[in-house]
Amino acid sequence: MTIIIDSEAFDPWKVLDDYQQNMSQLEGQYGATAVFVGTMRDFNEGDNVSEMFLEHYPGMTERHLENICQLATGEYQLLESLVVHRVGAIKPNDPIVLVAVWTTHRKQAFEACREIMEDLKSKAPFWKKEQLKDGQDRWVKKNTKGY
Amino acid sequence: MSIEVKFFASMRDLIGDDCEIGSETLKEHSISTVDDIWDHCARGKTRAENVLIAVNMDYVDGKTLVKEGDEVAFFPPVTGG
Repeated sequence: MTIIIDSEAFDPWKVLDDYQQNMSQLEGQYGATAVFVGTMRDFNEGDNVSEMFLEHYPGMTERHLENICQLATGEYQLLESLVVHRVGAIKPNDPIVLVAVWTTHRKQAFEACREIMEDLKSKAPFWKKEQLKDGQDRWVKKNTKGY
Repeated sequence: MSIEVKFFASMRDLIGDDCEIGSETLKEHSISTVDDIWDHCARGKTRAENVLIAVNMDYVDGKTLVKEGDEVAFFPPVTGG
């Protein structure tokens, strides 16, 4: 299980490739990998968004992401899990979050990836502040339902 | 020893920067719960029902008792991901 809070832009596919290359101890054991990548849009609630700032609570954020992954590991028998989340200034099309899980079978992988992502959105202390194209800025008050 | 109080995101805009409440102030104002901390720091500002609270980085409610050395945080609903 690995949790990374990253203040720099990251390439989720490169991170994923590097991470899996270093999972030699699990070679031959996992039959499923489920991946979620969240990316910044340039619109929200009917407005054009030019930039976003992601704030977090250092220490508490990492602790809750670890708790979320530990719970999922027990519930879905995860062999491995990885969460990477951006903080700081973010531009449209930048990846915000990567969640990846490795399991024996696909059902556990799909469900665990979804559950980690939904728990992250409701429990992990991150906050988005949007800069609109008209120059105004605003805190995002709640996450959209999204599904 | 003191209690460290943190405000994040829109709560920092509403209340102000992080602060520390020292032993003497805790005794002088009979501060024993998270609600007391808010009343002391917010100076009359109402706390919205959806404001989240953490003591030592665990989620709690306003009735939770606090003690010297604790870290108390107030923040709006989370919006990560």
